[in-house]
Amino acid sequence: MTFVAKFLKDARVMAGDLRHRKIIRAALGNYEIARDQRKASFQSWESARQLAAETKWDALNHLDKYLVEFTAKIEARGTKVHWASTAAQARTIILQIVEEKKARSIIKSKAMTAEEIHLNDALEHAGLNVVENDLGEFIVQLRHEAPYHIVFPSMHLTRGEISELFQRELGSAPTNDPEELTMIARRALRKKFLTADIGITGANFAIAETGMISITENEGNARLTAALPKTMISLLGIEKILPKLGDLALFLPMLATAGTGQQLTCYNTMYGGPRQPGESDGPEEWHIVLLDNHRTELLADAEQRDALHCIRCGACLNVCPIFRNVGGHTYGTTYSGPIGSVITPHLRGLQDWKHLSNASSLCGACTEACPVKIDLHHHLLQNRRNAAVKKPTLKGQLGFKAFVQLANHPKVWAFAKKIARITQPLQKLVEGTPFDPAKSWTQTRNLPPLAKESFKDWWRNRK
Amino acid sequence: MTERENILGRIREALKEKVHIPGRHGQVATSTATSIPRQWLPKVGETFDEQLALFARNTAELKADFQLFNSAEEIRQAIIRLRDAEGWRRVAGHSGDLTNAICPALSLPLLRTDRAYDVHELEACDVGIGECDALIAQTGTVLVTNRSAGGRALSVLPPHHVALARRDQLVADLPAAFDLLNRKYADNYPSMISFITGPSRTGDIERILVLGAHGPKKLTIFCL
Repeated sequence: MTFVAKFLKDARVMAGDLRHRKIIRAALGNYEIARDQRKASFQSWESARQLAAETKWDALNHLDKYLVEFTAKIEARGTKVHWASTAAQARTIILQIVEEKKARSIIKSKAMTAEEIHLNDALEHAGLNVVENDLGEFIVQLRHEAPYHIVFPSMHLTRGEISELFQRELGSAPTNDPEELTMIARRALRKKFLTADIGITGANFAIAETGMISITENEGNARLTAALPKTMISLLGIEKILPKLGDLALFLPMLATAGTGQQLTCYNTMYGGPRQPGESDGPEEWHIVLLDNHRTELLADAEQRDALHCIRCGACLNVCPIFRNVGGHTYGTTYSGPIGSVITPHLRGLQDWKHLSNASSLCGACTEACPVKIDLHHHLLQNRRNAAVKKPTLKGQLGFKAFVQLANHPKVWAFAKKIARITQPLQKLVEGTPFDPAKSWTQTRNLPPLAKESFKDWWRNRK
Repeated sequence: MTERENILGRIREALKEKVHIPGRHGQVATSTATSIPRQWLPKVGETFDEQLALFARNTAELKADFQLFNSAEEIRQAIIRLRDAEGWRRVAGHSGDLTNAICPALSLPLLRTDRAYDVHELEACDVGIGECDALIAQTGTVLVTNRSAGGRALSVLPPHHVALARRDQLVADLPAAFDLLNRKYADNYPSMISFITGPSRTGDIERILVLGAHGPKKLTIFCL
């Protein structure tokens, strides 16, 4: 089945799934209230967005300079930096480190970049035990599922389903209490934290000025991942750069506001090296893997370069009518929602993923929600245009040719209108059948009847 | 060519085409941020009392326990009450002016985490008591570093984190906190800096707030 066929099939099922709709509405309803309260507490959220966009613009449009600065600073403190052009290279680098360390057990804090390169599959394939320690990621890992949402991985599940999962996988007693369920996971994961040889993290920001990465989280799992194992590996896309440490004063509260409706998430932690002389704990070795994986191609697309400003807050997913109706898994991509629809064609091929840019109402809610002002809904239009220019369809070409002829010849146009008025009632007879010429429209919508008289006719005939 | 050179080469090639600054169409010159974060972030009062009140409000909302004291002796009494209420048997901490003044009052063996320690022993502790670098009024945050607060794990591994602070450590907002870090550490940063905003939490199950996901369930801030 092609990607588009699978998308259409899954979307149809999910759009009619009332249970799914109820869960998502409840979860996002609370988010919206909190987010709006937080936005209102800013002296000017709009001006903060402008400044954030300018800061990211600076970072991305001087990316070479800032990456060199970042790596020089962080290497000076004993961190090993690796560069990976492709997902395969990144996997190989990480597997080599794991092999060198003779590691057996690995803990991993949430990192969408690791999902992007399918790191867990690679590690498991090599016979290693890797455990996700963010609660939501832990839950979807136990279900052998991809995260449903880039910020809320298990948003699609009820406590009952999670309880059943824990009973089956962890042998815990049934419970309906989210707190008790959280404690079951905490206990199960504590042991892993204490015994893991390697900790893998992502990063939300990389600070050029001081040579640090910044990790945003609520649970403390990333803090433990960066504190307990002897070796730490951090995988991040090259676009995570921010010029200055002080930029975080803006980005940390904006990420929290847009992402979860918090003023600040519980732990925002900056790491500037492995354990330094005189420090009592932390990893002896720290490896940073900088990933390109088609990001430089997106950078070269001047029109859509700002898509690399994305801080992965998930705000555009939360407000998107498509995401809310078809759900995260339907996309079949690492990054879902509007930002996923924009960047997936760049990461994985335009022709295979152009359908995502058509799955949009172009309402612009995503663009309005984006804290770094990515022009998301226009990028969806550009993807549609690019896909059509690079690989025009016969149907589309013929259709537009016919339309051009019609629209350029007033007499033909007038004649077509007459014909249409006469024949439209006939369409009703075949509506919904394979003979229906408007089937792709009438499947999900009503075909409005043509007016009895056109405006031009009315104008001409008025008294 | 190394991958580093490949990637940097592709970046430089891509950046030959200039793009305008967002929201400022037609401008392709070098970046000039038109404002600073403090102008737009949530407003913070100017006086110490206003900032203290804001910090107290924020920590209450975050379900952290924030208390002010007038003497080290008062804190000693309070922490003893906490010990008895929660039945602490094992305590972890580090050496510092405040911790040294407070921790001995507990008359419990203290696991020091500012020198080599066994992580299993720390895991078995009921509480981690540490100092901090600053309190941030704007967000109700306790700012710690591994240098000033007993390493990376003390403030996150035990089920209860007690942060000790002095009134003069209160700063107004996030920009002030980053300025402080810049001034205090300049080019010799600790390898970990953490902004702790309330006790560990998660909403991963039906978006319902649960405290104590992986880090401490309780955060107590005692301020002298």
